[in-house]
Amino acid sequence: MNARTLPLLATVLIFIIAYALCYLQFPAILSTRVVGNLLTDNAFLGIVAVGMTFVIISGGIDLSVGSVIAFSGVFIAVMLRDTGLGPWPVFALLLVITTLFGAAMGATIHFLQMPPFIVTLAGMFLARGMAYVLSIDSVPINDETISVLQRLYWLMPGKGRLTLIGGLMLVVVVVGIIVAQRTRFGTNVYALGGGAQTARLMGVPVARTTMQVYAVSGFLAGLSGIVFAIYTSAGYSLATVGVELDAIAAVVIGGTLLTGGSGFVAGTLIGVLIMGLIQTYIIFDGTLSSWWTKIAIGMLLLGFIVLQKALVWAGGRRTEAAAGKG
Amino acid sequence: MISKIVFGASLLASVSLLSSAAMAQTVGFSQIGSESGWRAAETTLTKQEAEKRGIDLKFADAQQKQENQIKALRSFIAQGVDAILIAPVVETGWDAVLEEAKDAEIPVILLDRTVDSSKDLYLTAVGSDLEHEGKVAGDWLVKDVGDKQCNVVELQGTTGSSPAIKRKAGFEAAIAGHDNIKITRSQTGDFTRAKGKEVMESFLKAENGGKDICALYAHNDDMAVGAIQAIKEAGLKPGTDIKVVSIDAVPDIFQALAAGEANATVELTPNMAGPAFDALKAYMDDKKEPPKFIQTESKLYTQADDPKAVYEEKKGLGY
Repeated sequence: MNARTLPLLATVLIFIIAYALCYLQFPAILSTRVVGNLLTDNAFLGIVAVGMTFVIISGGIDLSVGSVIAFSGVFIAVMLRDTGLGPWPVFALLLVITTLFGAAMGATIHFLQMPPFIVTLAGMFLARGMAYVLSIDSVPINDETISVLQRLYWLMPGKGRLTLIGGLMLVVVVVGIIVAQRTRFGTNVYALGGGAQTARLMGVPVARTTMQVYAVSGFLAGLSGIVFAIYTSAGYSLATVGVELDAIAAVVIGGTLLTGGSGFVAGTLIGVLIMGLIQTYIIFDGTLSSWWTKIAIGMLLLGFIVLQKALVWAGGRRTEAAAGKG
Repeated sequence: MISKIVFGASLLASVSLLSSAAMAQTVGFSQIGSESGWRAAETTLTKQEAEKRGIDLKFADAQQKQENQIKALRSFIAQGVDAILIAPVVETGWDAVLEEAKDAEIPVILLDRTVDSSKDLYLTAVGSDLEHEGKVAGDWLVKDVGDKQCNVVELQGTTGSSPAIKRKAGFEAAIAGHDNIKITRSQTGDFTRAKGKEVMESFLKAENGGKDICALYAHNDDMAVGAIQAIKEAGLKPGTDIKVVSIDAVPDIFQALAAGEANATVELTPNMAGPAFDALKAYMDDKKEPPKFIQTESKLYTQADDPKAVYEEKKGLGY
């Protein structure tokens, strides 16, 4: 165990303990139905949180993703309603748009030397505004293919449903883990998060990596938008307000350092599941105000930030001690 | 012998337990949020109605988000509740989760709003008939003025909203054929108090300082309360010089009724859960399929209905 994996272990431990506590009170929570629900209901959040993990590991932040999801939903609904295009070309077109949108934000951040916070904040307003321009109302999606996609599921033993979108999230997480740990791009992202200056000296193509990171986030936000459109079979410009913050919370609870350079995609999945579990518990209980979800997540976040600080501090002391000995 | 009696009694007890188990024990309720006083009152009343019937109510506030409502419904299904009540935040996108509930044989009842899903996916919808509300208000005015000439000014709800369109149509239907009653001016007050006051001021100016106005019809109580203020400021007596009739029956209008400043209000009852639970009981106990739409009562309140007492009663509901 080292300072890098400790937050991840803490997350996994918290998840297992929390699940056990919920199980003691509501045995029904340990069913494939609830597991299936956790995956399906949090699919859009999980997918976008994987993109956010890359962004945060690289030392940045992407506030635009919630708006991009809403834009994607409205875009899909309006395109299917007003043009003769089928769902697949629309999906492809959308992913191109959101990926380019992300890459453009990455380019702005790098070449204009602007803080990611401001650039992606502008992106957030832009995407939300575009969604409103397309339609103010909730646009229903009455497409055969999409309703088939919505109904696709694998019936797990115990009547739980692993839906297509839940499965897709798991695939995205697995691919995310592989990209982060086993590719050149992944290594570059970690290096960039450790400090742009050092990364440049190490020969990391900083400009390209920055653009790629935000392009990945944009792509996954678009994919998440497709999942959300399938999930609700509607596009609504007011949807998913604040999802970017939920995604950031999931990433941090998942053990990724907000300052960048350290973190795991797998942890993010656990972070998403912890947040989903809290919500499920509150609904199972049925008497607590649902705002307790936010309070619990807030407290968890605070706990993790303190834990991270403590680890950095302890790590610093250890190096000092080692230096002293040498 | 004694043991036999005890055995018989316990058998009897268990039989009666079984029969009561036919009624829903646990009901999940997914509420939109608490964006308005009316909705808060609906939540309070749903909890009260459940308690009255000994139902364990699982309450989930969706904070205005559909994804939260879908999550809540799925959790209710996973938990194995006996029935689900939902006030859906939007009309679209409910097919998949409603089908899941149907597969799990959990009846779903919609409260006060509807969905665009196929009708066999839910047991019934409980709601008010907006047009009927307008008609009840119009009928009251027709009866109240008798044969006298009466010029009515109308404060409409938000332009294009379905309550505004339907409450207007219902009122017009009620006064149709009564040539002594005429709507002379009609404008939107956006359902708000401030806008209601502002528009009423312009009505008063335009109609000879209000002398040519006999009655005000407001699409909701809030606008009526604002308009009453404007009438008072113009030096007229609301409720006497200008009759005031509105819809919703929020607590504040009962204060106006008690003070003689308003004349009538039509209740949009926040008690949607009562009829829903009744329909559910009939369905569970006797397998009686309810109609697909259950219309709640649009009750008329006037100054004669002890508005003070109603105010006290409604005050605690969270409006």
